[in-house]
Amino acid sequence: MRLVDTGNHVAAHAVRLARVEVVSAYPITPQTQIIEEISRFVSEEGMECEYIPVESEHSAMAAVIGAAAMGVRAFSATSSHGLAYMHELLHWAAGIRLPMVMVNVNRAIGPGWNIWCDHQDSLAARDTGWIQLYCASHQEVLDTVIQAFRISEDPKVILPVMVCYDAIVISHNYMQVEVPDQEAVDRFLPPFRSLWKLDLDYPLTHGSVIYPDDYEEVRYSIFQGLENARKVIKSAAEEYKKTVGGYHGALVDTYGMKDAEYALVAMGSIASEARVAVDELRSKGYPCGLVRVRSYRPFPIEELRELLSPMRAVMVLDRGVSFGLEGALYSEVKAVIYGRSSAPVYNLITGLGGRDVTYGLIVENMEAALKGKLETESRWPSVRLNEHHLVSKRGLEEYWKKEGVR
Amino acid sequence: MKLRDFPEEELFLQGSAACQGCPGSAALRVAFKALGRDTILAVIASCTSVFQSPFPVSALDLPTINMAFATGGAVASGITSAADRLVKRGVFKEKPTILVWAGDGGTYDIGIQALSGAAERSTDFIYVCYNNEAYSNTGTQRSGATPYAAWTTNTVKGKEEWRKDIPQIMIAHGIPYVATASLAYPTDMYRKFARAKEIKGTRYIEIQAPCPPGWKFPSSHTIKVSRLAVQTGMWMLYEHEQGRTTYTAGTQRIIQGQSKLVPVEEYLQLQGRFRHLFSPERDEVRIAEIQGRLSHIFETLQFTHKMKEHIMDIELAPPR
Repeated sequence: MRLVDTGNHVAAHAVRLARVEVVSAYPITPQTQIIEEISRFVSEEGMECEYIPVESEHSAMAAVIGAAAMGVRAFSATSSHGLAYMHELLHWAAGIRLPMVMVNVNRAIGPGWNIWCDHQDSLAARDTGWIQLYCASHQEVLDTVIQAFRISEDPKVILPVMVCYDAIVISHNYMQVEVPDQEAVDRFLPPFRSLWKLDLDYPLTHGSVIYPDDYEEVRYSIFQGLENARKVIKSAAEEYKKTVGGYHGALVDTYGMKDAEYALVAMGSIASEARVAVDELRSKGYPCGLVRVRSYRPFPIEELRELLSPMRAVMVLDRGVSFGLEGALYSEVKAVIYGRSSAPVYNLITGLGGRDVTYGLIVENMEAALKGKLETESRWPSVRLNEHHLVSKRGLEEYWKKEGVR
Repeated sequence: MKLRDFPEEELFLQGSAACQGCPGSAALRVAFKALGRDTILAVIASCTSVFQSPFPVSALDLPTINMAFATGGAVASGITSAADRLVKRGVFKEKPTILVWAGDGGTYDIGIQALSGAAERSTDFIYVCYNNEAYSNTGTQRSGATPYAAWTTNTVKGKEEWRKDIPQIMIAHGIPYVATASLAYPTDMYRKFARAKEIKGTRYIEIQAPCPPGWKFPSSHTIKVSRLAVQTGMWMLYEHEQGRTTYTAGTQRIIQGQSKLVPVEEYLQLQGRFRHLFSPERDEVRIAEIQGRLSHIFETLQFTHKMKEHIMDIELAPPR
């Protein structure tokens, strides 16, 4: 079935096709359309699913944990402040080893209030033990949500998966997608069989106190689960291509990397803009390519080493920032090619809070970098400070005088 | 039902890590006996998270998930929704009882939002608050359930505020069953759990849980303190169903005039957390304040009881 719809509604179709049985979520812009559409599927179109309209995101994740612990396929969706609010339970879901899928529509964090895209929300949830997959198109959203259940439920993984896509650009824009048949999805995604559940015939206690003697082993098992996920993400992508159709890369997706000497690295929809930048740079005589990180956790260590080590220069586009350091993706790209390449690695921190990132900006900065004209390796190329952003010394002195503060 | 008629099967096993005289473990024993094997348990961060025993052993012989502090109502929503699916799919012949077990910190304070949300959504589960009137697990700090004038580690001169009343707040949610219980009246407690099990929807039971190390009394006095709490009116036993509150056991006997309200001093003096009311000198003001409130409440209830017999059928929520 061909459909022209928003990224959010497309995600809801994926949840329906995955035969999810419990959905629990709380409204937050720009995610809300997902749960609106799912609740419509449940009440009007006979989707066999319990929909729990909880009173907070903290409760949304707690409810999904409860449902998954009963051995039922469960889903939630959130964004930005919602993801931050449920942060404690992100750790809980991974720590107690439950498979589940959640969509996070990447939205900037306040204050000030901003409903547009950047990646700060999910980057801040990086170390919770969740697998994080980032999408760059509507079709990829649909295909990745379905793949995510298979990855999450794989007995070698058994970890929650967060499917991330960009606010407004993907969540609210309409694009054409191919919605697969239920039979094809069923062939790809068998019914959920859990590794453990709250079982009346086998009454075990889960998540109780654990002493230093055993705690590290629990954390190590999560680490191993994510390591195992590398293979599983790859095979899920390959298998999906065969049984359902559609391929968007495994841990990374590449563009023009075959003969590239320079590389751009990006995540999410900004990578689509970077493709145009690649074409433009090539027309100017720079053999450039693009690596899109699709799986942020597990991080594509081998893939990036293989692709980036031979490069003469690399530029990483970050749609978030690790305050006090630099772009988080930038740090990690440098870390994995450390000792394998002496090429310069540059960083653009840009596109925060929905700031438009144009291919022109990328081209301009890449050219400047290659000509040795960038003052710093990591920079904020689209920041333009004006009088509203700055505090004048005179103004401050007047304010303090009025307040009687010295 | 008498004590000897309780089922013999123990679902709270021997060898837990509970303190001597722990009211929480005693309450679990009675609750489990009344609810039986066909129960799924979620334990919310509390002493019970600890005294169930650490990995890899457990004193809980029910399928159990331990959950974070503020999740009681919410995790029940997930479990009960999944159970509904499993009933529809034919995996369960009958829906098991879903039991959430939380302390007063997890109920009165950090967990009230999730509990209120679950009740508003008519979530089908039993929520138990075992109320030891403080954050006993973290070493006895004040909670919304700590009574007026009680010492805790962060109210060293005695709490300045009066406790709030969650059972009444739960009644205000319009849920089908709310009850309070006491360890000194185990048959009353058992009957309330058995009644709760028969009902569908959100059911709330709160058990007063006198904590020997937190309240500073000898571990052999847990039941004695529990009984005096009821006899002095510091803890009231009732159940609320279909818009009607019925007082039970010791509380009912005081209201109906079969026994007298015991002076609250007898209860306070047993506990180190109220020692500053008696030494170095008697704090007549605060003792009188507490006694005054209790006397007023019970005079009102006794009056209402007499009026009801003679004039009309009216209901008063128990004032505090």
